Amino acid sequence: MRRVYLDYAATTPLDREVLEAMLPYFSEKFGNPSSLHSFGREAHEAIETSREKVADLIGAKDNEIIFTSGGTESDNLALRGIAYLNRDKLKEKGPHIITSSIEHPAVLETCKDLEKEGFEVKYLNVDKYGLIDLDELQNSVTKGTFLISIMFANNEIGTIEPVEEIGKIAREYNVLFHTDAVQAVGKINVDVKKLPVDLLSISAHKIYGPKGVGALFVREGVKLKSIQTGGGHEGGTRSGTENVPGIVGLGEACRLAKIRMEDDNSRIKKLRDKLIKGILDSVEESYLNGHPEKRLPNNAHFRFTAIEGESLILFLDQKGIAASTGSACSSKKLKASHVLLAIGLSPVEAHGSLRLTLGRENTEEDVNYVLEVLPEVIGKLREISPLWREK
Amino acid sequence: MMSMYSKKVMEHFLNPRNMGVIEDADGVGTAGNPVCGDTMTIYIKVKNGRIVDIKFQTFGCAAAIATSSMITELAKGKTLEEAEKITRDDVADALDGLPPIKMHCSNLAADALKAAIEDCRKKRREK
Ligand code: FES
Repeated sequence: MRRVYLDYAATTPLDREVLEAMLPYFSEKFGNPSSLHSFGREAHEAIETSREKVADLIGAKDNEIIFTSGGTESDNLALRGIAYLNRDKLKEKGPHIITSSIEHPAVLETCKDLEKEGFEVKYLNVDKYGLIDLDELQNSVTKGTFLISIMFANNEIGTIEPVEEIGKIAREYNVLFHTDAVQAVGKINVDVKKLPVDLLSISAHKIYGPKGVGALFVREGVKLKSIQTGGGHEGGTRSGTENVPGIVGLGEACRLAKIRMEDDNSRIKKLRDKLIKGILDSVEESYLNGHPEKRLPNNAHFRFTAIEGESLILFLDQKGIAASTGSACSSKKLKASHVLLAIGLSPVEAHGSLRLTLGRENTEEDVNYVLEVLPEVIGKLREISPLWREK
Repeated sequence: MMSMYSKKVMEHFLNPRNMGVIEDADGVGTAGNPVCGDTMTIYIKVKNGRIVDIKFQTFGCAAAIATSSMITELAKGKTLEEAEKITRDDVADALDGLPPIKMHCSNLAADALKAAIEDCRKKRREK
């Protein structure tokens, strides 16, 4: 059976070249980067080379990159690191963070946690496309606001937020700006030389690197309180012996992303557009979620009337197609995706959602195969569905 | 997700038995799932106090579809009194178990069947 992977927003396969680059650092060059001897120096050099590669991809300086265990840690470090530093300073004014209602749980749950610790958090609404409102942002700034955290691009519906404008507002009010760019890096141009961003989260496994490693860009001069105590690695910001093979993998993945991004993404975007058009044309009552233009080049997100997403995913899986959904039935908490609810869908509408995210390995045949299989599967599920008949 | 379901659940989910509508049903029952917002409808045809035909339609997850399919198999041929006693655990057991997080879906099937039986009785009384 044909197997078609369309879940690149969940994770990507490790690139062969990245694997090759990592391999020596498991057993041959195993040194601890903190050691003074040649084994240690070898590992240390590898880390510093990686730092340059990561910095190079996003236009940062080497000393602005901190390695972490992935996107979630980067988000935690950014939010908590800044928050804990400001708690006492802003005690009288009421320390205040602004974020959006469609953030990844790594940001959202961290904000909820910070609320319990006495911080105030404003969760900005989004419109039907998932875009925040810049006026609302501006009006939400209080005397105590010290941080704005808004994602670069949404992981579910692919909407790209107006990062530059957000950064300008942040600068104007003298507030720090963090952006979770886990989905954006490697897919669209992210250049911190041009963007007024102070902190930015990156994950390796979304860009054909290994799982369990990521980075946080922290602009020179921005201070963070470390959230993990120990031996003072990463300039004292992130203690813990460095994941050398992982970091080497992240560096190599960034180097390749920089070289390939343009070609890859114009090809992927063409396939994605064909997929969207094909599905909207061939499936009755199908709708595109997210913004028609301001969206990641590899993201397609749909809603089908009277369909439940988990059933849809499992049926597609039977046909070899790997995808994902925001349906309540498929979530651990049995709640519909907070992103889909935030863009105004009802829980029943959110049920029928399907996310297809493309990547380097996808071909035109893959798209044709999905266009052949999907309408059939939708038809079958609608036959089972009482909601379809009622109409 | 797939590995959390038993083979039997997957089999019933992919090839649901008795799926559809009975136009001239003697009883129709609908149940909604307050947990995730799903719905199921069961149609029964009754002769001499026995369920001679039964069909279902479900808007829900794989577990909900599989339990609907299974309950129609369990109920077919039974008297209304017997069918009424089918519990969500009977359905789950017949499917070789359900993941704990999906047990609530089997309520749907048991409730919809009970509602269909009630509906049938009510209609008979009215006649
Ligand atoms: S019907 Fe929603 S989880 Fe089973």
